Amino acid sequence: MKRHLISAADLSRDDALLILDTADELARISDRSIKKLPTLRGRTVVNLFFEDSTRTRISFEAAAKRLSADVINFSAKGSSVSKGESLKDTALTLEAMGADAVVIRHGASGAPHRLAGWVRGSVVNAGDGTHEHPTQALLDAFTMRRRLGSLEGRRVTVVGDILHSRVARSNVLLLSTLGAEVTLVAPPTLLPVSVGSWPCEVSYDLDSVLPKSDVVMMLRVQRERMNAAFFPTEREYSRRYGLDRERFARLKEDAVVMHPGPMNRGMEIAAEVADSPRSTIVEQVANGVTTRMAVLYLLLGGADLGGEDQ
Amino acid sequence: MVFCLAEAVSRARTSAHAVLEGPDINRALIRISHEILERTKGGEDVVLLGIPTRGVHLARRLAGHIRQFEGHPVPVGSLDITMYRDDLRTKPARPLGRTELPSDGIDDKTVVLVDDVLYSGRTVRAALDALNDLGRPRAVQLAALVDRGHRELPIRADYVGKNLPTSKSEIVKVYLEEHDGRDAVLLLKEEDK
Repeated sequence: MKRHLISAADLSRDDALLILDTADELARISDRSIKKLPTLRGRTVVNLFFEDSTRTRISFEAAAKRLSADVINFSAKGSSVSKGESLKDTALTLEAMGADAVVIRHGASGAPHRLAGWVRGSVVNAGDGTHEHPTQALLDAFTMRRRLGSLEGRRVTVVGDILHSRVARSNVLLLSTLGAEVTLVAPPTLLPVSVGSWPCEVSYDLDSVLPKSDVVMMLRVQRERMNAAFFPTEREYSRRYGLDRERFARLKEDAVVMHPGPMNRGMEIAAEVADSPRSTIVEQVANGVTTRMAVLYLLLGGADLGGEDQ
Repeated sequence: MVFCLAEAVSRARTSAHAVLEGPDINRALIRISHEILERTKGGEDVVLLGIPTRGVHLARRLAGHIRQFEGHPVPVGSLDITMYRDDLRTKPARPLGRTELPSDGIDDKTVVLVDDVLYSGRTVRAALDALNDLGRPRAVQLAALVDRGHRELPIRADYVGKNLPTSKSEIVKVYLEEHDGRDAVLLLKEEDK
């Protein structure tokens, strides 16, 4: 493993499998009455969140605490960032406080990469702009593996706002490393220009892809980033790209439905689909803690690599 | 396996001497099973917990023998101690082993920890900490196939397959059929130059 987790592309197949296998063992701990391990005692994890987040921040916090690390939460609101402090100065402040790992979410793509050059500890990307969200991809892969077994040769369809989605990019990179075949489905306006160079297929027609899919991952339509006319109306989007009851009925019998949350019920996914036993949406949240524990353990649990990538 | 071993031996300029071979290991395990039954009055409420990797195989074998002698099964499980080690910071993060407790748990049971080699005692210390987070056994005992001495903590074994006086520069290797394709305990010595 490298010292930082910035992009899903940094993970080799062996790294990814090591994280998933470690998470498998750690998942057993959530069934115990004492859900705590002493492994990261005396280590400090800083959650540096410049963007709003509920589940990712709480998930990282729970993961670090279950490994007995000290957690410092930092959110841009109510901090010196609103007085105009730069990312670098914030980073140096945290560094001076002795952070062994910094978990960062930032609105600008590439912020974690910059941060990694400034701090001595490990940097974990918890979502940067429209770039990547590697731990989400890991927990998605972990969830798929628990439901379906090996991902080799499995067909995964990712539907929705690919253009603004860091989850989609990380998932495509990780899943192709793990041997799954990914198809992206979206209106042409919601696909990034560079999508041709991604290791995946692209389609504009959801109905033709659904019957062959083992996994259907619905993405949220990110209203806060919809600053241009990407589609005519929400109703039309929902009719062509939403997972409603009829489309759900045409899925393979053992296919699973995923959503990274938060959902817009009735828009990209129908409420009854989201609540069906084949949907993994609640499972994904629980798996998020386990997967992040595995990542923190593998980055911080061993010897200090002394600032050099191994 | 034999080839690999030969290679390792020649590279480290060591000589290998077999301490226990083939049936010797099972004889020791049979004796330990009898001792466990004796000490625990027929093995009631006993839970065998092996420490991965080879301790788990040894625990399963002990359980097999006890079942043969007494006619009732004893619960077997595994206890991974990786997350409780005191030397985690000396190496890159290690992959985890499996912790699997019998369905009845360990509360109010007599837990017998099973490991292949007892050396510094640090593994057992970690295992005791791990047990603490899993429940409250009535008593904890320790079985080791080989006790090679050089304890660094006040820990001793209740059941020992073979006491093996060693020097710290020697290496004790345990091979088990289930994991390595044969049964043997080897003592590797560094040769005089």
